[in-house]
Amino acid sequence: MVKELLKHLFKKPATLKYPFEKRDPTRGMRGRPVWDIERCVGCELCVKDCPSGAIEMFGKGSKAEFKYHLERCVFCGWCEEVCPTNAIMSSEDYELARQNMAEMIIEFKRQ
Amino acid sequence: MIERICGLCSHSHTTCYTQVIEEILDVEAPPRAEFIRTIIAELERIHSHSLWIGLAAHEIGFDTLFMYVWRDREIIMDLLELISGKRIHHSMNTIGGVDRDIAPEIINRTKKGLESFKERMEYYRKIGTTERTVLKRTAQIGILHPGDAIALCAVGPTLRASGIKHDVRADDPYIAYDEIPFNVITYDGCDVLSRLLTRFDEVLESVNIIRYALDHLPEGKTRVKVRRWVPEGEAIGRVEAPRGELIHYAKTDGTTKPNRYKVRTPTLGNLPSVCEMLIGGYIADIPIVLAGIDPCFACADRMIFIEESKDKRWVWSGEELRRHAKEWHQKESSPP
Repeated sequence: MVKELLKHLFKKPATLKYPFEKRDPTRGMRGRPVWDIERCVGCELCVKDCPSGAIEMFGKGSKAEFKYHLERCVFCGWCEEVCPTNAIMSSEDYELARQNMAEMIIEFKRQ
Repeated sequence: MIERICGLCSHSHTTCYTQVIEEILDVEAPPRAEFIRTIIAELERIHSHSLWIGLAAHEIGFDTLFMYVWRDREIIMDLLELISGKRIHHSMNTIGGVDRDIAPEIINRTKKGLESFKERMEYYRKIGTTERTVLKRTAQIGILHPGDAIALCAVGPTLRASGIKHDVRADDPYIAYDEIPFNVITYDGCDVLSRLLTRFDEVLESVNIIRYALDHLPEGKTRVKVRRWVPEGEAIGRVEAPRGELIHYAKTDGTTKPNRYKVRTPTLGNLPSVCEMLIGGYIADIPIVLAGIDPCFACADRMIFIEESKDKRWVWSGEELRRHAKEWHQKESSPP
């Protein structure tokens, strides 16, 4: 064990200095989901299938708009899976902490 | 949601859940999906066991080993993220198959990662069997005789370290375990050292299982479509989680929600045996003996000490107990 320790004496630490150094997200990681609202047809499948009730829908059909609750989301990726028009995509955003509750609710509106 | 029961063996819980629901639905996942499930299950066993090895090292005051094992555990965590998209809650299982496929490029990277991890793990195993610090704190401590282990319903590595060959993967094969050859690891030392070695060897065995599964990955679909409601019925699923046998029971009534759901986690099966292991030991050895079963609960490292002669009662937190363990053993080993 001492040999191993001496070997590591001159090596860089294995950890990153986080806020200054960031790790590149792995390709295909399931981060915060984002809506491409123009592709949404308002089928409500994501609202029905979300296990934690993190998605709220306002309006119907092609006028549907969403409120996404970041604090409830469990990042299972099921909304992305059931979406028939691929309007929901997982982004590579993993820095999800916010200072207050109001910032945790993200709205997706049509223009 | 079932995944959230445990932060370490999330895949075991979903595997057990899908096993139960698929039995009620009378569907079977395609062979490729079963192999991918096996690969994730074994990667999870590796990361859970290496986490435990680190924790056990921490409990006996060997923090160097703890740091190194956890650093190399990151290799496995990265592989899990690469395959499933998340480090802990993989969300790979769905009813009727798995969510994601494994691309050939990922297979190569997984093999490379496993190669370097195996090399490191063999080195740590050598340390575990030769380092005086480890041997002194783990050998002949927390003895659980085979007879007691069976009587107290111990499961998983705790049971196998008492010399009893019991593994759900071999006894009642689920997912793809019936197609993959592997050895059930047993040690008959009955002490904490045997539990440590059992887990070391299981990690190395898991690496072999994953390699075999990656080489023999069948072609085809990764999931079948299932209907969205579950008919009336009930089923029991058994899975060998990293900590031991995990049992799920479900009763459905023909709607989309289960009527009754019961989970028996391996820690519950192992807890009674801790009482047996502690008898005749030192208070200073409680942390490592309790950690020896790899408990998966938060507030249990707390209990009441009673000194009858002085009529004194006190409570120690896990941190205080750990400090006592270090001080007591230092005093014990230093000459008067």
